[in-house]
Amino acid sequence: MEASRNDDPNLNPIRNRNPNPTPAPNLISSAQVWPTIDGPLGLTEEASVDYARRFYKFGFALLPWLWFVNCFYFWPVLRHSRAFPQIRNYVVRSAIGFSVFTALLSAWALTFSIGGEQLFGPVYDKLVMYNVADRLGLQNLGFSSRSHVTRHIRQNLPHDPPLRGSQNPIRRFCNTMAEQETLSSFGQHEDASNHQVMDFPGGKVAFTPEIRFISESDKERVPCYRVLDDNGQLITNSQFVQVSEEVAVKIYSDMVTLQIMDNIFYEAQRQGRLSFYATAIGEEAINIASAAALTPQDVIFPQYREPGVLLWRGFTLQEFANQCFGNKSDYGKGRQMPVHYGSNKLNYFTVSATIATQLPNAVGAAYSLKMDRKDACAVTYFGDGGTSEGDFHAALNFAAVMEAPVLFICRNNGWAISTPTSDQFRSDGVVVKGRAYGIRSIRVDGNDALAMYSAVHTAREMAIREQRPILIEALTYRVGHHSTSDDSTRYRSSDEIEWWNKARNPLSRFRTWIESNGWWSDEAESDLRSRIKKEMLEALRVAEKTEKPNLKNMFSDVYDVPPSNLMEQELLVRQTVNSHPQDYPSDVPL
Amino acid sequence: MSSIIHGAGAATTTLSTFNSIDSKILVAPSRTNLSVRSQRYIVAGSDASKKNFGSGLRVRHSQKLIPNAVATKEADTSVSTGHELLLFEALQEGLEEEMDRDPHVCVMGEDVGHYGGSYKVTKGLADKFGDLRVLDTPICENAFTGMGIGAAMTGLRPVIEGMNMGFLLLAFNQISNNCGMLHYTSGGQFTIPVVIRGPGGVGRQLGAEHSQRLESYFQSIPGIQMVACSTPYNAKGLMKAAIRSENPVILFEHVLLYNLKEKIPDEDYICNLEEAEMVRPGEHITILTYSRMRYHVMQAAKTLVNKGYDPEVIDIRSLKPFDLHTIGNSVKKTHRVLIVEECMRTGGIGASLTAAINENFHDYLDAPVMCLSSQDVPTPYAGTLEEWTVVQPAQIVTAVEQLCQ
Repeated sequence: MEASRNDDPNLNPIRNRNPNPTPAPNLISSAQVWPTIDGPLGLTEEASVDYARRFYKFGFALLPWLWFVNCFYFWPVLRHSRAFPQIRNYVVRSAIGFSVFTALLSAWALTFSIGGEQLFGPVYDKLVMYNVADRLGLQNLGFSSRSHVTRHIRQNLPHDPPLRGSQNPIRRFCNTMAEQETLSSFGQHEDASNHQVMDFPGGKVAFTPEIRFISESDKERVPCYRVLDDNGQLITNSQFVQVSEEVAVKIYSDMVTLQIMDNIFYEAQRQGRLSFYATAIGEEAINIASAAALTPQDVIFPQYREPGVLLWRGFTLQEFANQCFGNKSDYGKGRQMPVHYGSNKLNYFTVSATIATQLPNAVGAAYSLKMDRKDACAVTYFGDGGTSEGDFHAALNFAAVMEAPVLFICRNNGWAISTPTSDQFRSDGVVVKGRAYGIRSIRVDGNDALAMYSAVHTAREMAIREQRPILIEALTYRVGHHSTSDDSTRYRSSDEIEWWNKARNPLSRFRTWIESNGWWSDEAESDLRSRIKKEMLEALRVAEKTEKPNLKNMFSDVYDVPPSNLMEQELLVRQTVNSHPQDYPSDVPL
Repeated sequence: MSSIIHGAGAATTTLSTFNSIDSKILVAPSRTNLSVRSQRYIVAGSDASKKNFGSGLRVRHSQKLIPNAVATKEADTSVSTGHELLLFEALQEGLEEEMDRDPHVCVMGEDVGHYGGSYKVTKGLADKFGDLRVLDTPICENAFTGMGIGAAMTGLRPVIEGMNMGFLLLAFNQISNNCGMLHYTSGGQFTIPVVIRGPGGVGRQLGAEHSQRLESYFQSIPGIQMVACSTPYNAKGLMKAAIRSENPVILFEHVLLYNLKEKIPDEDYICNLEEAEMVRPGEHITILTYSRMRYHVMQAAKTLVNKGYDPEVIDIRSLKPFDLHTIGNSVKKTHRVLIVEECMRTGGIGASLTAAINENFHDYLDAPVMCLSSQDVPTPYAGTLEEWTVVQPAQIVTAVEQLCQ
């Protein structure tokens, strides 16, 4: 007996067991349609609905084969479009889902067998799994790197550079087998004739089919870090390193001292009391604030416009005067020109007049500090003109390669004697050159003492902690002449000089700020100025009167011990002096 | 006064071999004070036989004919055992010993690290001392020389290697302005105990740029010392002395001498930086030379001895300052001087030495000082021409014969 479709749900399939039901389509009303492929031996309609639903829903848990099971098991439902509407719902959807899955799978397989780039073009490269892995840094797990053999042996460098130039061995292996393109090489296929990426020492280099030159300059210049605006007001939301009242007052007092010292020495030269002088007017903030951010163990390699660093560290006005007069109290024993200070006690290396030769020296000192693992760095100063010297480029490159903790502070003051920066270089200043050598750089407003302090402070920490060089370009202006042998009004307008001196004066800006904190007053200012001036004039007077070093100092210190030829030559000089005493200066003792 | 000096001269001929050994063993490690050294000489009796050769130099059969062209070192009885090695190995040994002895000594230069140096002088050092103490630098001689100077000012003792001396022309700025001057201009506050070394001289077809003689360019720089090594013995000794010296020292090696083999003592020794070496004592003529030319001279000396001459050969070793003491004593003995050098005619070491001898010992000369040097041309590449650019033994023999007429 065949039951109708609308049988009561409690129909017991076992009762109507018929192993091979074949419901005839034109006898719908009397045809026996079972929901499952097992027919009368399969599930009931109710149970089927349940299963169909479950399979359908679980298929979404990335199990598309459950959908296939649905279609397969409930095939009769699919076949007979009007049978079992509830089950059909799920089964049809499963069918759709499975078809979509099949389509995707075949598309993927087909892609690999035909060739990704040909089908997709350049975007293919971003899709492939090994490139994705690469970008996520997941490659080379468990494979030994074939990078430069010395990387294994470099134990003394505190920070080994990351393994560069390492290649994915699987892909490299596949490249040589590019001719054998099989469906089975999923994810490892690379089209031999169309490499998108080249492994080059230093890392991967992507190719581009467009002729694209890197522009010679960015549309916008590198912004300049500053904390105090032109009027000395703190800019809102500015990041800076906080200074205590004591430090801030010392910074300001030293800036004033430097200014007064420069003016008095300059006047002394003009009066004929000194032979030569070079001022640092306009660059006081760079001098003092950068020195304030360093520790006494940091070694300084100056150019010649950084006496403020010595001043900060405790060089007295008398000591400055002694060097300028070259008297016997001068630590340089009267051998160098004025302003060529040096003090091993204060870790300030004797100024060598040649431009930029101190840069490689600084790298060497940093290398020495690195070897000794000292908590100190080397700091070197130079001007915009100095960046044209070969030594600048070599030193930066060396510092980057050696990972030496050195701060390169460039005082970009606009002029190299009479050469403006537009005739010195065509790049966006000096800061962009750091990138070329792999050096972190920053551009700072050199006339903002607080910004200078913060920048140097931060840079120093980075340099020592990460054992790397840092380039700081401080924008400023050389208010004074290049030296007493120069008259800068011959090549620049006095209006320009005046403007920088008044509107961008580093002292007045910083003074406004410390006064706003209640740390300074007019009274303190006038007290300081009169005291320093008095001290300065006294120092000058004393230094002028002090005796010059003995003649033997002309021949000593050339070597550790004077060799015979020098002793002979000294003897000759003394003989000459004896025979012509009237030509010999009276203030140089024999 | 003069007889005493002559006497000292006579004493030195017999004592000369001992003197050169004296300097090697007795000198204290860091003393390079000349006044100490000069006290060694003994004033002996007069030597009437020494004077008046007259216009003709007859072979002096009354004196023992010295058959050996090279000074023998049997006199060093204290050195019975030793080990044999090549010159570049001797340099390496000296360097290694100094690096062991003083942790401040470091090496920097191109390819000195794991490559071991272009002439293998720093071989094995990077493995032993690490990459920081044996530093491979990028290619910028001025920069790594400057770096060495800065490191020296902060307490290290760098040994800067120029791959070829000619490349150090790029470092001239740092060597002259900073290395030579900073000790002086800083008032003695900063010392620069660097050693700058490298191979120079005319090699085998290395081309003009790689065959330069930098000693002639550097000799004027005040504040530096220059020495030239010629044997494994003095190479090691000079290397060690240079490293221990507080002055900047430029050590000139020669490309063709790196494979010379010699037995050197096992114990620690240094060679005095300001001293010349008596290679072969003699009577008739003083031949002053250094570096590779020493071997050409010794070859010529063999011929000369066969012809009956008795040349005194001195390897001056110290190019700046000259050891005028040893040279002077020799001149006072023989009265004839021949300088054989590899430098160019104009402005070379020979030119300076000629001037110095003429100035100081003019009265003792019986003939003008003769100087054999290379021509004032860039060294040609062609092997045959290159040979003619360098002084050959035959020319030396001719010159001696001419001087001794």
